[in-house]
Formats: sequence, structure tokens, C-alpha cells
Amino acid sequence: MADAHAALPHSGALKEQFDDLEQQHEASALGMWVFLATEVMFFGGLFAAYTIFRNLYYPGFVAGSHLLEVPFGATNTAVLICSSLTMAMAVRSAQTGKRRALIVYLLCTMALGLAFLGIKFHFEWYHDYLDGIVPGVHFAPSPELLAHWAQLHVAPPHVEMFMYFYFVMTGVHALHMIVGVGILSVLVIMAYQGKFGPDRFNTVEMSGLYWHFVDIIWIFLFPLLYLLGGRFR
Amino acid sequence: MTGHIMPRKIYFMVFGCLLALTALTTLAAYVDLDAYLGTKIIPMNTVVALLIAACKATLVALFFMHVKYSSHLIKVVVAAGLFWMAILIALTMSDYKTRNLHIPNPPESWQSSISQPDR
Repeated sequence: MADAHAALPHSGALKEQFDDLEQQHEASALGMWVFLATEVMFFGGLFAAYTIFRNLYYPGFVAGSHLLEVPFGATNTAVLICSSLTMAMAVRSAQTGKRRALIVYLLCTMALGLAFLGIKFHFEWYHDYLDGIVPGVHFAPSPELLAHWAQLHVAPPHVEMFMYFYFVMTGVHALHMIVGVGILSVLVIMAYQGKFGPDRFNTVEMSGLYWHFVDIIWIFLFPLLYLLGGRFR
Repeated sequence: MTGHIMPRKIYFMVFGCLLALTALTTLAAYVDLDAYLGTKIIPMNTVVALLIAACKATLVALFFMHVKYSSHLIKVVVAAGLFWMAILIALTMSDYKTRNLHIPNPPESWQSSISQPDR
């Protein structure tokens, strides 16, 4: 082990508190995964609260879910999956020491992340506001919608509760995306300065873990919010 | 070994699977999958959607996040996070399911705050 990296202490890639690069990599990964476990707890609370109210107000939640546009949700899921692929390829480029490919993949990931946010803000939230289905701020559904809910015996405050969950969960997720785009922009600058290479890619890989985690959250948010109880009715 | 360098092919295969599963879950939502157990309706659409989501999350974690190639320590931390989540959901729901909760109807007053059309 020590022989394999005998020249490395002089390269500066290995911090002095670690025995070898493997231990250093393990420490980074462990730290990042512990942070992601706290993120599971953060989103877990929201998912648990969502599960409870979904059981209590099921018809209202289904009616609320039907207000969301599945094509936008599905498109955004695909956009995030593409960004996860480009992020994974960015990490691989850092591992294999391909600087130009690393920068290109990081920029692709950033662009896809911004595309996700663009669809979310412009085509979804903005139109929700115009339609008067933003809870608290502007919850004034059209008379047609109220009549439709009355037919289904759905109480509008129950629909509003679904919209609270929708906006808080997608809002907190979008906040994570914005933070992720910020991290990516720092990575692009560092990559441009040539700070990554086959023996120093931990920063890229750990940022990748964060990006993939945010993708996983969306993978669960999409069916729970957009496809709740099916769309066949 | 400091971080496993995976073949490009695996990343693209996982990517293909993820896109296919996204299409599958979207299409499945438009098909009535409700199962009946006596008079009780089992919302199979939700079960199917969550199973597909769990498969997708597993693929992302194992391959994109390299969990498959990580040490046992990392795997234990990942499992601990999921186990905590299971405790949170299971114990909370067992409480709600085993107690007779009185759920008040929403107040009728909400209507007065919304302008109603003339009837």
C-alpha cells in the first residue's frame, strides 16, 4: 500500500493526517454519507408528515395531485436523471485525469440543473400562482374548480393542505438544487485551475454524492406528488 | 484502490434503466391497478409507483453513488439512514392507525373568504 503511493506525499494530494490515499478517500466518503444521513432525516420528516395527511385527507390529496401537470413532472425527472449521468461521468473524468471532459460534464450538469429549475419556476409555480392554487399566499381556486371539488365531496382546505406539502417539498428540493448548482460552479473554476486529477478527485466525487442524493429525493417526490393514487379517474 | 473507476458502459446502462423506469411509472399511473380484498380497495397504483421509485433510487445509489464498490463502513452508514427513516414512518403510522383520532371537518368559514359567483 505504502509502496504504491510512495511518491505521493510530495505531490500534496495526501493530507498529512492520513496514512494513504485510500484512507483519505474513505474519510471523505464517510463524512459525506453521514451528512446525507442527516438529509434523509430532514426529508424523512416531510415524507412522514405527508404520509399522515395523505391518509387523513385522501380525496383532497388526490384532487390536489390532479392539479399538477404530469408531463412537466416526468420531463423534470428525465432532466435530473440526465444530470446524474453527466455528474457520474464528470467524476469518472476526474478519476481518469481528463480535465477538458471534466469541465464539459460539469457544465452539462449545471445546465441540466438550471433547466430543471426553469421548468419548475416558469411552467409550474408561476402558473399555479396565476391559477390561484398557491396555499396561504394566494389560494383562490376558480369557481369551476370549486364546483368540481364539491361534486367529488372534497373539502378545499384539504386540497390546500396538499398544496402546502407540494410547495414545501418541491421548494426545499429546489433549494437543494440551487445549492448544488453553486457547488458545481465552484467545481468548474477549480477544474479550470487544474486542481483535480487521478489522485485528487475527492471533492468532485463528494459533490457528486450530494447531486445524486438530490436526484433520489426527486425520484420519490415525482410519484408521491404527481401520480398520487393514479391518474385514470 | 482509491475510488473505483467504473466502465462507461455501466453508467449508460443504468441511465437507460432509469429513463425506462420513469416512462413505466408515468404510464402505470394512467392504468387502473386497484385491487379488491373483499370490499376493501388496495391502491396498487401507489404500491407500484413506490416500488419503481425504490428500484430507481437503488440503481442511483449502487452505481452512480458507488455504494456497490464502497467499504462495509459506508454501507452500514447508508443502511442506518434508511433504517432510521423506516422507524420514523413505521412508528408514526402505527400510532395513527391504532388510535381513534377525531378528525374535525374543515370550518365552513373558508368559503366566505373566497368570492363566490352569483347563483
